[in-house]
Amino acid sequence: MRIALHVWRQVNAGARGGFERYDVPGITEHMSFLEMLDVVNERLVEQGKEPIAFEHDCREGICGSCGMVINGEPHGPVRRVTACQLHMRSFADGDEIWLEPWRARAFPVLKDLVVDRSALDRIIQAGGYISVRAGSAPDANAILIPKRNADMAFDAATCIGCGACVAACPNGSAMLFSAAKIAHLAAIPQGEPERFRRAYQMVAQMDAEGFGSCTNHGACEVACPKEISIDFIATLNRDLVRAELGWGAER
Amino acid sequence: MELRARIPAGPIQQKWDTHRFEMKLVSPANKRKYDIIVVGSGLAGASASATLGELGYNVTCFCFQDSPRRAHSIAAQGGINAAKNYQNDGDSVYRLFYDTVKGGDFRSREANVYRLAEISTAIIDQCVAQGVPFAREYGGQLANRSFGGAQVSRTFYARGQTGQQLLLGAYQALAREVAEGTVKMYPWTELLDIVVVDGRARGIVVRDLVSGKISSHAAHAVVLATGGYANVFFLSTNAKGCNVTATWRAYKRGAAFANPCFTQIHPTCIPQAGGYQSKLTLMSESLRNDGRIWVPEKPGDNRPAAQIPESERDYYLERIYPSFGNLTPRDVASRRAREMVDSGRGIGQERNGVYLDFRDAIQRLGREAVAERYGNLFDMYRQITGENPYVVPMRIYPAPHYTMGGLWVDYNLMSTVPGLHVIGEANFSDHGANRLGASALMQGLADGYFILPYTIGDYLAQAKFDPVDESHAAFREVELQVEALTKRLLDVNGSSSVDTFHRELGRVMWDRCGMSRNESGLKEALAKIPEIRERFWRDVRVTGTGESLNQELERAGRVADFLEFAELICVDALDRNESCGGHFREEHQTDDGEAKRDDDRFAHVSVWEYTGRGNAPALHKEPLEFEYVQLAQRSYK
Repeated sequence: MRIALHVWRQVNAGARGGFERYDVPGITEHMSFLEMLDVVNERLVEQGKEPIAFEHDCREGICGSCGMVINGEPHGPVRRVTACQLHMRSFADGDEIWLEPWRARAFPVLKDLVVDRSALDRIIQAGGYISVRAGSAPDANAILIPKRNADMAFDAATCIGCGACVAACPNGSAMLFSAAKIAHLAAIPQGEPERFRRAYQMVAQMDAEGFGSCTNHGACEVACPKEISIDFIATLNRDLVRAELGWGAER
Repeated sequence: MELRARIPAGPIQQKWDTHRFEMKLVSPANKRKYDIIVVGSGLAGASASATLGELGYNVTCFCFQDSPRRAHSIAAQGGINAAKNYQNDGDSVYRLFYDTVKGGDFRSREANVYRLAEISTAIIDQCVAQGVPFAREYGGQLANRSFGGAQVSRTFYARGQTGQQLLLGAYQALAREVAEGTVKMYPWTELLDIVVVDGRARGIVVRDLVSGKISSHAAHAVVLATGGYANVFFLSTNAKGCNVTATWRAYKRGAAFANPCFTQIHPTCIPQAGGYQSKLTLMSESLRNDGRIWVPEKPGDNRPAAQIPESERDYYLERIYPSFGNLTPRDVASRRAREMVDSGRGIGQERNGVYLDFRDAIQRLGREAVAERYGNLFDMYRQITGENPYVVPMRIYPAPHYTMGGLWVDYNLMSTVPGLHVIGEANFSDHGANRLGASALMQGLADGYFILPYTIGDYLAQAKFDPVDESHAAFREVELQVEALTKRLLDVNGSSSVDTFHRELGRVMWDRCGMSRNESGLKEALAKIPEIRERFWRDVRVTGTGESLNQELERAGRVADFLEFAELICVDALDRNESCGGHFREEHQTDDGEAKRDDDRFAHVSVWEYTGRGNAPALHKEPLEFEYVQLAQRSYK
């Protein structure tokens, strides 16, 4: 295969970026998308040019490191996969492919395709946990949880924190990310004591980080490589309203 | 160098209890006066940081990823063992202890393993309380499955994403401590050296991977939770960033390295597809619960799997090991797979794999039940290979996965450098020569939640500390060395990329020091590695500068360390003139091809001490005594 890449190149956070075009011959359809980028980078290094900076680590679709907008879509054209799980067989010989970093106010670009997603960590720090000291837990089977609830909790907890939902959202909102954690912990009894405080504080942090609001656009769900359902945003909103009304524990 | 394992006296069932009572405590009001550095934020690092923070210590935690949640523990699929005996199938702490010592082919410390088995149950309690969504039965109780090397069902799991869910539990506990202010988190920061002052580890030198700035951090104790070194093989199931740099540089500062040749080759990974391949993908061991492994009986049988009749299939694990069948331990299953491929019975276009077949499970349980158990793994397989495992059997082959070797630690998880503690995969402690499936998560969390938080207090309470901060001359000296190394990498300005050298090293290691080893191959590797290293330092090309985000530079530093470390693995493999667990010396096998130990000469931990640049490392031996589990030839038949 021979493809052409248009890649967003930006030296650092303060610099002005722009697209650069690379002609890429000698690609096979079995390569993963990131392996194709490895090949491009090796060729750049051999020419003494700086390779394209992009985040990646596990290359199995679970660590959430990788992420780039490929032809306008976060993680590219295939549903339910991360960029690292995308293969060149999803593209055709002669394709022109455009690569951009996540675009969102809360995710400043650091270099090329690398953005700063620490805002997501701060949302979790605001309340995305259950407070339990090591050593203080009762026997694991002392708390019975219906399979349905456990499965629902898992479906929400499967979020990998990649930020594709934010990149896909026209408002740059982190509602799906926050909702996934809030719904995970709201689905099980252990999460109950801090439930409303959690929703209130996480949403407040989301606002403080510069993420936009949710207008039920739904692009997040489509972009999510783990198929996190937009229904969880309803759970978040319900818990948020109850928190605002002073239900449950203190804010 | 004196190796003091500090194993408490008394019966094995009481050692940890006794020890906990005998250890010195730091009073609640004094804890905040102690600074502790934790490097790494995987299961071990995150759980240790969170727990030390809860206790009131002043903790700083470092990771090279952009967020602590991305540490490679996240990718563990299958599960976590615990001796809960919820299945009423005869499990007990003692049985988990026994299985682990035997699974490790009698090359681990009994006392450590017993403690691990004992603590396993509290880990499950802790994780459930944190909200980890483990699989459950319809009645609301926790579900279990079986893993290799065990005849009971003691593995807890969250679909095929157990590591992810456990890590997120630990990450959230860590997030809470960050919010409380007890832990300060430094993501995107890589350890480049350890600072030892007056014989004690007193801090680290790091590089901020975004700005390139090199800085020092002082503390009263340093904890390394920096994972394993399977990426020395270039192609492994490890994440691309996994590296040996932290433990290797600690080794050069006096921390002895134990059993580096104990590497684990995982039997069920997707076979390699092409020369450009950047990593190998694991297919969880849990698949062996329901998948059956086979190859065609006749070599060179080219028919598609579905056209090969039952009578012409060889379910070789079930044939050779009737009592454990497809659930033999990893080292055994890997070697047998290789034997099948080497005898010309490999399958797939490149004839480089064996089948893992779900046909019978789908017939027995229905497609839906199989999807419920393994759905995400099947999806992942399909995405990578373009084949549908519900219809055609998976193709699998062994790949480097985990490293049992690591920095030597005593019973308190402290290395030979006082104050430098090592937890999780980075230490050597519990798995002997072969780790059982679902035991890595158990060990990482045992170390982080329940062992280190006690033992580090004992160290802090007893040590006398001179005031040392970042202005101490020792820090400046190490910073200068680190800066010089960075400059040296950038100045070579040769013609080949870092990965070129890493790939070459990986090939040598896989061929000569991989699934099986022999004297002449190891000697060849020992001649070849310095040659690659010499070429690396002459011809590597690292683009960009040190004062910016520079992924080539990061890789270059890590590969430079692998190029040194690889030699130590081979030296150790050559010295250990026996077969045990994952270390298979072709010269030592039983008549039916199993690993043959030599307990008279090798029932010890090989502990290597750095003796300076260009010098051979010094070997020390920690004898292993087996009071409770009788030394025996492992049999899974």
